[in-house]
Amino acid sequence: MLFPFLWMVSSSLKNSVEAFATPPTLFPKEPTLENYRNVFRLLDMPRLFLNSIVVSLVCVFLQLATSALAGYAFARLQFKAKNAIFLVYLATMMIPFQVIIVPLFIGMRQFGLIDSYVGMGLPMIASAFGVFLMRQAMLAIPRELEEAAILDGANHFRLFFSVALPLCIPTLAALGILSFMSVWNAYLWPLVIIFSPEKMTLPLALSNLHGENLTDWPMVMAATTIATLPIAIVYLILQKQIAQSFLTAGLKG
Amino acid sequence: MIKNKHGRTAALFIAPSFLPLIAFFILPMLAAGVLSFTSWDLLSPPQWIGLDNFRELIVDKDFLLSLRNTLLFIAGYLPLVYFLGLAAALALNRKFKGSTGLRAAYFLPVVTSWVIVALLWKWILNPNGGLVNSGLAAIGIEGPGWWASKEWSMISVIVPSAWKDLGYVMLILLAGLQAIPPEYKEAASIDGASKRQILFRITLPLLTPATFFVLVISLINNFQVFDQIWVMTEGGPEGSTSVVVQQIVKNSFEYGHMGYASALSMVLFLIIMIITAAQVRLQKRWVKYE
Repeated sequence: MLFPFLWMVSSSLKNSVEAFATPPTLFPKEPTLENYRNVFRLLDMPRLFLNSIVVSLVCVFLQLATSALAGYAFARLQFKAKNAIFLVYLATMMIPFQVIIVPLFIGMRQFGLIDSYVGMGLPMIASAFGVFLMRQAMLAIPRELEEAAILDGANHFRLFFSVALPLCIPTLAALGILSFMSVWNAYLWPLVIIFSPEKMTLPLALSNLHGENLTDWPMVMAATTIATLPIAIVYLILQKQIAQSFLTAGLKG
Repeated sequence: MIKNKHGRTAALFIAPSFLPLIAFFILPMLAAGVLSFTSWDLLSPPQWIGLDNFRELIVDKDFLLSLRNTLLFIAGYLPLVYFLGLAAALALNRKFKGSTGLRAAYFLPVVTSWVIVALLWKWILNPNGGLVNSGLAAIGIEGPGWWASKEWSMISVIVPSAWKDLGYVMLILLAGLQAIPPEYKEAASIDGASKRQILFRITLPLLTPATFFVLVISLINNFQVFDQIWVMTEGGPEGSTSVVVQQIVKNSFEYGHMGYASALSMVLFLIIMIITAAQVRLQKRWVKYE
């Protein structure tokens, strides 16, 4: 199952002759770091990582913040049209991205946001799914804890920050992981909206590495190895939580 | 007034997520609906053309081909990912040495980006010197053209897709398996049932809710398949792997037929909704919520 990954790393360490050898070898006879050098020569790796990291962290933070706020409102506040508004959130989750990609692009164009970080990130700052998850989490908070704080004169903002939020940290973590993966790996929207190489995210730049005709495969494998490292590391550390997040999300969604 | 007790506060709490979702999902969705009745090239003002886009797409050969390809993709992908996921879930249902590690191994592809998966498999299935063909050459077989050939391109995109999603399907099915009370299986084996009988008469039927979930989610997601196919074959060769989403992207960003692309996307949306609704209806027939 993991063999393809091993092959990826193995290929990245081969020179171009050995990479195409028959029969294929798992351990390179003449390992070389040439491919990695080429990747760094061809792609501005630090910049790409920076772009991906910044866009991902900012979007995840905003998704968590906006979702937690709305989740609290749906769990604890009473207001007009509460159910209708929640239905709108649900409806958003059913909209396939391809349906909105054209109008979204046109809209971005109207506001001069084509080929900009803002344009790339805006559609990812809120998450209806996040609101759904946070609402579930906040509903589960025992009311006694809040009642005690209310007796002490706390208003809802206080309640949110001091009582509700801390108790939702596991869900926030799960949501954070899922959101991070989704933003980091986003491909179609950045593909459509970004042209300048210096603004590209990692997946985008990677897909440009192989051209119509001659592809330097060992180098491409080096690039993908580098790109897989962050996710692999995060994954190895947070394995359990990640699987848990998918389960919580999957079985409730 | 009691109903709106927290009106103002609620507005502040809801707005940060509600407004962006309205702006970036709901409004574009409505706009797409309207756009599908127009013809617009972004240069001159849009022209209202009523149902013409829809009349055109019914006979659009490229679109019909992409629809066929999408269905073919799903027909190949779904059984593969389900049965492999099921086998993995059944095998890993017990705790044995290394089972946690194995479960983790299956899940690593799930968290990897489609671009990386597509590039990796494009190299593995490279007609010239890729792992598979090199291995075949070593035993004297000439490997096919994989993603570069019309006949094998679909398989070449189905396999990596199933490989990547396997872990996710396995996870869902595993959770379903672990929800089955062991007493059922024990009672059956005491009664003399064979392993096979237990599997088919008890385990699988009780697994139908999880199976249903996998089915619904997979169909919704894979009707929209794009990323990995685009990276691996760009829809070729000769349109053999061109899918519906690619047609939407092509018609809008390459040809500039914004109205037509919107119409295509609406049709896709409709298809997904109808199929999902049909599945929800049909679940009474075969899903056993014990």
